[in-house]
Amino acid sequence: MAERLLSVEGLRVEFKTRDGIAKVIDNLSISLDTGETLGIVGESGCGKSMTALSIMGLVPIPPGRIAGGRILLDGEDLLQANEQRMREVRGNEISMIFQEPMTSLNPVYSIGNQIAETARLHEGLSRADAMARALEMLQAVGIPAAEKRIHEYPHQMSGGMRQRVMIAMALACKPRVLIADEPTTALDVTVQAQIFDLLNDLKEKTGTAIIMITHDMGAIAEMAQRVVVMYAGRIIEQAGVTQILTDPRHPYTQGLIRCVPHLTRNPTVERPPLLEIPGVVPALSQLGSGCAFAPRCPYADAKCRAEMPPSRAVDSGHDVACWLTEREAAA
Amino acid sequence: MQFLTVVARRFLYAFLLLLAVIVFNFVLLYLVPGDIAETIAGESGGASAELMAEIRRSYGLDQPFHVQLLTYVGKVLQGDLGSSYYFNAPVLDLILGRLGPTLLLVVTALLLAIFAGTLFGVIAAQRPNGIFSHFITILALIGFSAPVFWTAFLLIILFVSILQIMPLSGLAEPLSETGTWKWYLDVAHHLFLPVVSLSSIYLAQYSRLARASMMDILGSDYIRTARAKGLGQRMIIYKHALRNAVIPVITIAGLQFSHIFSGAVVIETVFSWPGLGTLAFESILRGDTPTIMGILFFSAFVVIVFNLLTDLAYRIIDPRIRLSNTA
Ligand SMILES: Nc1ncnc2c1ncn2[C@@H]1O[C@H](COP(=O)(O)OP(=O)(O)O)[C@@H](O)[C@H]1O
Ligand code: SF4
Ligand SMILES: [Mg+2]
Repeated sequence: MAERLLSVEGLRVEFKTRDGIAKVIDNLSISLDTGETLGIVGESGCGKSMTALSIMGLVPIPPGRIAGGRILLDGEDLLQANEQRMREVRGNEISMIFQEPMTSLNPVYSIGNQIAETARLHEGLSRADAMARALEMLQAVGIPAAEKRIHEYPHQMSGGMRQRVMIAMALACKPRVLIADEPTTALDVTVQAQIFDLLNDLKEKTGTAIIMITHDMGAIAEMAQRVVVMYAGRIIEQAGVTQILTDPRHPYTQGLIRCVPHLTRNPTVERPPLLEIPGVVPALSQLGSGCAFAPRCPYADAKCRAEMPPSRAVDSGHDVACWLTEREAAA
Repeated sequence: MQFLTVVARRFLYAFLLLLAVIVFNFVLLYLVPGDIAETIAGESGGASAELMAEIRRSYGLDQPFHVQLLTYVGKVLQGDLGSSYYFNAPVLDLILGRLGPTLLLVVTALLLAIFAGTLFGVIAAQRPNGIFSHFITILALIGFSAPVFWTAFLLIILFVSILQIMPLSGLAEPLSETGTWKWYLDVAHHLFLPVVSLSSIYLAQYSRLARASMMDILGSDYIRTARAKGLGQRMIIYKHALRNAVIPVITIAGLQFSHIFSGAVVIETVFSWPGLGTLAFESILRGDTPTIMGILFFSAFVVIVFNLLTDLAYRIIDPRIRLSNTA
């Protein structure tokens, strides 16, 4: 039976910039159940990483500021937790892997040492036990000749192997939530597919729930059960994966999916980047009072430009923030 | 294994470099105007033509250039650096007698500069706009722009003349018995001002360097990873960041060893520290060529050895260099 594991409610994150306060995350709510994979998609700069860092308690403050909301892990509000408690949570209950496998490992320590460090820190294992755990994890993430490579340093490994090491490190303490922030963006296509397969496989074995951040609809189709689509710091659509792929309602989501025409047929083959929606995400400090997508939206009208569309359920478990759905409902 | 091959190759290079220094030294000696036989004859009182020929023969000065060169190289490699005109004693013995105090001064100053410099930089980097950080910047500016003897004189004025808590010069009080605890403390007391003066330039420079590299590192992806693992600030700074931050400092320190060695000549002279620097200074005034040559050779030797040591040190610290083939 799936239970609510993590929920983010009304999160707001602001950054102080030269041209004023930027609302990097605005009233964002998501939830994650045990054993589930939640996909977060959206173009670069829409606030995906900042959402992840907020959950980890790693938003750089200053210039950042958590302006409101709650982040509940099993009912405990992490935004109220002190640093001591957050250190227990990080790497132990919630882990994170990053977009840059080439630079995310410390160059001067062996990978075995870096994986073992997490186990020693959170579980108080002895050096030998922690190394045994590191070896076990390296085998679990499919590193060949793990007993030899455990003594190697990051620069001796390829990007794909380093990302596997990151995954091994993140899962070393059997966390309940793994946040994968664009884990394959820096890797080649064949390696990307391997990493997705690995994550799916590990999820089945360990039951770790995953928040999969990506701008790759193919990866979403392959991994997620539910999908959240973000635009300029807000959620604009959220639904089950089939609903999103077959019946996207928001013009932005429709654009994302049209960019990947062969999506449902063969998701692993090729993934063109989502550059085909005309225009770019507006600077956060330039957002007006209306819909943030209006400058790029073919359906935009005066109301869209004047007023922010509220989120509205169009189906069970399918929410959309777009005036179009209101117009359709009225028609 | 790869590591050992690289180390063996570094030793070979060091040896070849040393050989080149010996040859260069000899050529200098050979080109020095004036007849060596005459100088030697002068020292022993007479200069008849027969005596001169006898001296030339017994010292091998009648041999062709390459034979003399090989003989010289052979002698130096066996540790024979010739005799001082002034002390009438083997140059090597003179140098070895003065080596201890110089190494003590130079190595202490260098270590102090590296350790304190890195530490200052690391502390400053954590609050880039804090008071300590500004203090480091100003200290660096002074340390870097002030000539080392000026710093030394200022320290003498402050600690010797005004506060009167430090001795002015020498290695220890003349009457104290060597080898006792009291003597060691006395040497440490005498060492303080020379070391602080000598390390001041480098200390400031290394703080700046460590501060810059530390700030860079604190924003790096692997530090974010360390935070995401749940490590505390102390582990992040002193385990994950420090080891990376010290690499550029050690690299620079290694390159600057010859520089600090020459700075020691000035400092030794200011504080009458009985090391190689004062010996060099006095020998130049006395025109004691073999001693000067010996010191030149020996300084080159020490510098080469230290370059080798730094090279090994940062190979140990940085696996990317340790495991690469590039010499
Ligand atoms: N240190 C910062 N100062 C100001 N703005 C920032 C800072 N870091 C991130 N941002 C802004 O936050 C927004 C969201 O960034 P991010 O979460 O990294 O996007 P994504 O991961 O979706 O590409 C971006 O518009 C970015 O400009
Ligand atoms: S609210 Fe209007 S502008 Fe915004 S996406 Fe919907 S139709 Fe387009
Ligand atoms: Mg991102």
